[in-house]
Amino acid sequence: MDKLDKPKLLKKGAEATIYFSNWYGKEIVIKSRNVKNYRHPKLDEKIRRFRTMHEPQLMNEAKKAGVSTPTIYLVDTKKMLIIMEFIHGKQIKHILMNLSKVKRQNLCFNIGKLVAKLHISGIIHGDLTTSNFILNDYNKLILVDFGLAEKQIETEAKGVDLHLMKRGLQSTHNQFAEDCFRKIMEGYSKIVGDSFTKVIFKKIREIELRGRYIEERKIK
Amino acid sequence: MINSVKEIYCLGIESTADDFSVGISTGKGEIIANISDGYIPKEGGIHPREAARHHSKVASKVLDSTLCQAGIEPSDLGLIAFAQGPGLGPCLRTGATVARALAAYLDIPLVGVNHSIAHIEIGKLETKAKDPVTLYVSGGNTIISAFNSGKYRIFGETLDIALGNCLDVFSREAGLKHRKGTPLGAALEKLALGGKNLISLPYVVKGMDVSFSGLLTAAINLLKQKKYRLQDLCYSLQEIAFAMVCEVTERALAHTEKKDILLTGGVAANKRLQYMLSLIAKDHGVTFNTVPLKFATDNGAMIAWTGILAYRNGIITPIEKSMVKLKWRLDRVDIPWIN
Repeated sequence: MDKLDKPKLLKKGAEATIYFSNWYGKEIVIKSRNVKNYRHPKLDEKIRRFRTMHEPQLMNEAKKAGVSTPTIYLVDTKKMLIIMEFIHGKQIKHILMNLSKVKRQNLCFNIGKLVAKLHISGIIHGDLTTSNFILNDYNKLILVDFGLAEKQIETEAKGVDLHLMKRGLQSTHNQFAEDCFRKIMEGYSKIVGDSFTKVIFKKIREIELRGRYIEERKIK
Repeated sequence: MINSVKEIYCLGIESTADDFSVGISTGKGEIIANISDGYIPKEGGIHPREAARHHSKVASKVLDSTLCQAGIEPSDLGLIAFAQGPGLGPCLRTGATVARALAAYLDIPLVGVNHSIAHIEIGKLETKAKDPVTLYVSGGNTIISAFNSGKYRIFGETLDIALGNCLDVFSREAGLKHRKGTPLGAALEKLALGGKNLISLPYVVKGMDVSFSGLLTAAINLLKQKKYRLQDLCYSLQEIAFAMVCEVTERALAHTEKKDILLTGGVAANKRLQYMLSLIAKDHGVTFNTVPLKFATDNGAMIAWTGILAYRNGIITPIEKSMVKLKWRLDRVDIPWIN
């Protein structure tokens, strides 16, 4: 941990705290999972260790599936932190509304393709919001925050993943949510094929009717 | 807002599961009576038809003693509220039948109340928590919710069995007995106090939801192996199950930035769970509230009070629309009494 500048707080979530810093001349993000004193120390350590190890593993698998994620530099299972590449770019959340219609649709199409690649490899992101897609300075889409990700091949899980995305769009970009989601699903379909996309659409509708997954449940 | 509501008495009937309970609330939220009679199965869990039979047997007696405790006559009542769902069909129907009969006979309005919302509202009434993140944990429900634009929203819930159900089934497998005044959960909690070692059991939080069925199976399997002390198993089961609901509650709190945590439902009686949530509250600089013990388990008072809230906002349930709703989700109910 030498050569580490004093970390600057970026975001304090319920589960982890995110810092920015410089490390051996590299700009980095530190994701630190804090001790939760309400739970048994042994359980607390087990959960934090599992997640600290699991998250980079899934980020790596995503890479293999053709989805860009920040490069992991260090995983410390004693201090329960992950040091990874800081991505220079813009969160999709902040740029979506300023894009031309064509560019916006294009971007959504590409997002859909990425999600499909993840799902084909059995990775469920768990928090597919427009704040977790970053368009880097080289115009490449990077997917971040695999804190809620898991390995799942069931259609249900994929449907939930996409449904949460749809809900997120409706709450943050309501005026073109429908158009965006349609493009996302077109991109998705390009990768997984029409027949599975039909299955997924049916699943999403089923989940909607169940009324269980609603936007207010999402974590920022 | 109907002004005369302040002066009326509302009688609430709760019969969603094993308890038949009647409570009376004034329009201002003073609970002037609350009496329960619980069905205790000879063995196993609640048998819906047996429970309903119990309810119909004790109904008139419980009604009588509630009115007697309140010191009022049936003719003093201005409103009848009943738990319309969610719950066990035969049990719900028994309570609904009593409610309809009373309302029709006394010629006063009837209000169907959502049982889960009643748990939240009685918690708010009794603790003064204004706008909390609520953890509602009982034998039938495990829901983390908070109010947002017109409705209570569900942030997380169980994907399979309820937390209380998980603890109850394990307790029965361990040979603990449900006695009057000592629910299975209380017996388990007492044993857990003697536990020291945390045994590894599955911790299942999926996104914002929790799942207890795998945890229960694993705990029962270990119990049958007889390798561990029962105290340690009870302790570990509690620690892990509670940590799961606490994690989701904390996330909901961080997301909503509410200033209160409210713990309600039957499992709210558990001191360890209370303590864990109080630590989260402290960490976030918010207030922790627990519903008083007598209103933690199912009770008629909460139905009566929620009936008042609804009626004040012009909600009544005509008898022909008073069919019970077995799977009535709390996020489907409009809450006009909160601005």
